[in-house]
Amino acid sequence: MEIPLLYLQAGKRATIKKLDGGIGCHKKLASLNLRIGKTIKKITVLPFNGPVVVKIDNTSVSMGRGLAECIFVQEEL
Amino acid sequence: MHIRSGRAMRLLLMGNPNAGKSSFFSRLTGLNVTISNYPGTTVEIKKGKMKLHGTLVDVIDVPGTYNLEPTCKAEKVAVDIIQPDDVIINIIDSTNLERNLYLTLQLLEKNIPIIIAMNFWNETRHNGINIDIKQLEKELNVPVIPTSAITGEGVKKLVSRLDEATPGTISYSDEERWGEIGEIVKKAQNIHYKKHTILEKLEDLSIKPSTGIPIAFFIIALMFTIVRSVSEGLISYIFDPIFDLYLPIVEIFSAFLGQGFLHTILIGTLFDGNIDYIQSMGLLTTGIYVPIAMVLPYIFGFYLALGLLEDSGYLPRLATLVDTLLHKLGMHGVAIVPMMLGLGCNVPGALAVRILNTPRQRFIASTLMAITVPCAAQMAMIFGLLGKYGIQGIATVFSTLFLTWLIIGLLLNKFMKGTTPETFIEIPPYRLPYMKGVIKKLWMRTLSFITSGLPFVLLGVLTVNILYVSGIVSYVAAITAPIITGILGLPQEAVGAMIVGFLRKDVAIGMLIPLGLTLKQLIIASVVLTMYFPCVATFIVLFKELGTKGIIKSVGIMILSTLIVGGILNFVL
Repeated sequence: MEIPLLYLQAGKRATIKKLDGGIGCHKKLASLNLRIGKTIKKITVLPFNGPVVVKIDNTSVSMGRGLAECIFVQEEL
Repeated sequence: MHIRSGRAMRLLLMGNPNAGKSSFFSRLTGLNVTISNYPGTTVEIKKGKMKLHGTLVDVIDVPGTYNLEPTCKAEKVAVDIIQPDDVIINIIDSTNLERNLYLTLQLLEKNIPIIIAMNFWNETRHNGINIDIKQLEKELNVPVIPTSAITGEGVKKLVSRLDEATPGTISYSDEERWGEIGEIVKKAQNIHYKKHTILEKLEDLSIKPSTGIPIAFFIIALMFTIVRSVSEGLISYIFDPIFDLYLPIVEIFSAFLGQGFLHTILIGTLFDGNIDYIQSMGLLTTGIYVPIAMVLPYIFGFYLALGLLEDSGYLPRLATLVDTLLHKLGMHGVAIVPMMLGLGCNVPGALAVRILNTPRQRFIASTLMAITVPCAAQMAMIFGLLGKYGIQGIATVFSTLFLTWLIIGLLLNKFMKGTTPETFIEIPPYRLPYMKGVIKKLWMRTLSFITSGLPFVLLGVLTVNILYVSGIVSYVAAITAPIITGILGLPQEAVGAMIVGFLRKDVAIGMLIPLGLTLKQLIIASVVLTMYFPCVATFIVLFKELGTKGIIKSVGIMILSTLIVGGILNFVL
C-alpha cells in the first residue's frame, strides 16, 4: 500500500513510489536524490508541525510536512 | 590537457555541499587565502594559491551546489564563475556517489577540463560501499582519483595528474541524465550490508526530539564552556601579563608628553595620576587594551568553538530541532546559522542570511539579528561590565534580548505579507573536523578582526576624544535628554556611548564605565546599545542586502523596539 511519507512510522524503511507536486518540486527533491525507486528510512518527525527527517543513501534530509505529504512510499516488509 | 603558460589558469573546486571542498581547499593552498565578494553580489569567494609546475595558480573554493540550475544566490555564483580557461576539480562525496554524479554529468557538458576527486574514500569501506575506480574512469572518460582530504590520502596524486584533466564529451536531457547515472552506478558501485556505527547511532539520537533537545542544550553549554575557558585562559596567562609589561612603557611616555591635547588623544585621562586601561580612552591605552586584551580572546574562543561545531556537521541538526520555533517567527530552522555567526560578529551574520531563500525570510532574519544579537566583542564587554554584580545582571540582559527576538519575530511573521516556504535541507553525516582546516578558518576570522575591527576601535576611541573635547557630546546630550533620561532613565552623558556605538559597540560599552551607573542603568544601557542600531560595518552589509526600502523599515523597527524595550526595563526594574 502506498502512503504519504508523513504517515510512515518512524524507524521504518520504504521505497518511493510516486511524487506529487509540480516539476519544480520534483527537481528540488531530486537534488537530494529523493526519486522514484529510491529506498529511504524515516528517522523521526519533530513535534508541533515540525519537519520530517529521513535517511537516504549516506545522508539525511530534513523536510517540511507539506513535502513529506507529496512523497508516496511503500513500506518495506 | 596542457597548462598554457602565460595565461591565467584557475583551479575551481566544485561539488555538492558537504562533499569536503573546504578541507580540500585547505590542503591545496597555503595561508595566503583571500575572501572577496563575487562581482555584483555579496556572495563570498575563497581564493588561495597553489604551486603548479613552478608557477602559482589560483585555487577557488566555489560555493557548493547540487546542480547547475541555481536556486539561490550562492548557487548562481557557482554557475557563473566558470570561465573557458579554468580547470575544474570536481569533488565527489564517495559515500553518496549517485547523487553527486548529477552535478558531475552537468559539468562534463561544459567543455572545460575536469578531474574528479572521490573524496571521503576511506569512509566507503566502513559503509560497505565498493566503487570500481577503473570502471568509473572508463564511464566518465576523465581521470578519477580516490582521496581523503582529512587524512591527505590521494591529494598529491590528484595534483600530479592535473595535466590529464580533460573536457567531457557528453550531453543529456534532465531525464536521460538520471538514467545514465543509474547505468554508471550499476556498473561501478556495489553496496553490501553494513553494521550501524556509533556515529550513526549518535546521528539518530541527536535529531529525535526526546534525546536531541537535551543533547542540544549540552552542546551549547559545552560551546560556552570552551569559549569561556579558552578566552579567560588567554586573558590571564597571555594578554594581561603582556599589558603589565607594557604599562611602564606608556607611563614613561605619558610623563614625557606632559598634559595637553596630544596626551589626551594618545594616553587619555589619568585616574589618581595612573593610567586606567579601560577608562583612560587614549589611543595607546584603551584603544589597544580593549580590542586586544578584552575582545580578541573572546573572538578567538568563540570562533574556535564555532569552527568545531560547523565542521562536525552539528548545525543542520540544530536547525532541524529549532525549525518549528523559527517557522513561528517567519524563518527556516537554518536561520539559526546567521544568528550564531552574528554572536561572533554581526557582519558575517548579515552575510550568512542569504542562505535563506526568500526576501521575506532574509528581511526578518537580518532585522532580528541586527537588533537582538550582540557580537562577541560587545558580549565580552558586557560580561566585563556586569560580571562583578553576579549572574543576575547578565541574565537580565540576555533574557530581555531573547524575549525581544521572540516577540519581534512573532509580530513580523504575523504582519508581513507572505509565507515561509517549506524546509528542505541536507543533514550530512557527523564527521571528525579536519583540524588544519579548523585552525586555518580560526586564523582567518581572527585576522579579519585584527585588520578590520582594530582600526575601527582606534577610530572609535579617537572620536570619543574629539566629541568630548569639541563639546559635541554635551550639545547632543542636551537635545536628546528627554529620550535618554526621560524614557530610558540613563544619564545624559550616555549619549556619547550611543554616538560611538555606530563605530564600535565594544568601545561604546567601555564608555559607560566612568559614568558610575547603577546596575539597573547598566542593564538598560547594555540592552539599548545592542538594539538601537547596528555598527557601521554591519549597516553597510544590511544596506546592500536589503536595499533602501528594506533598510528604512528595518531601522524603523530597531529604533521603535529600542525605545519600547528600554522604556519597559526602566519602568519595571
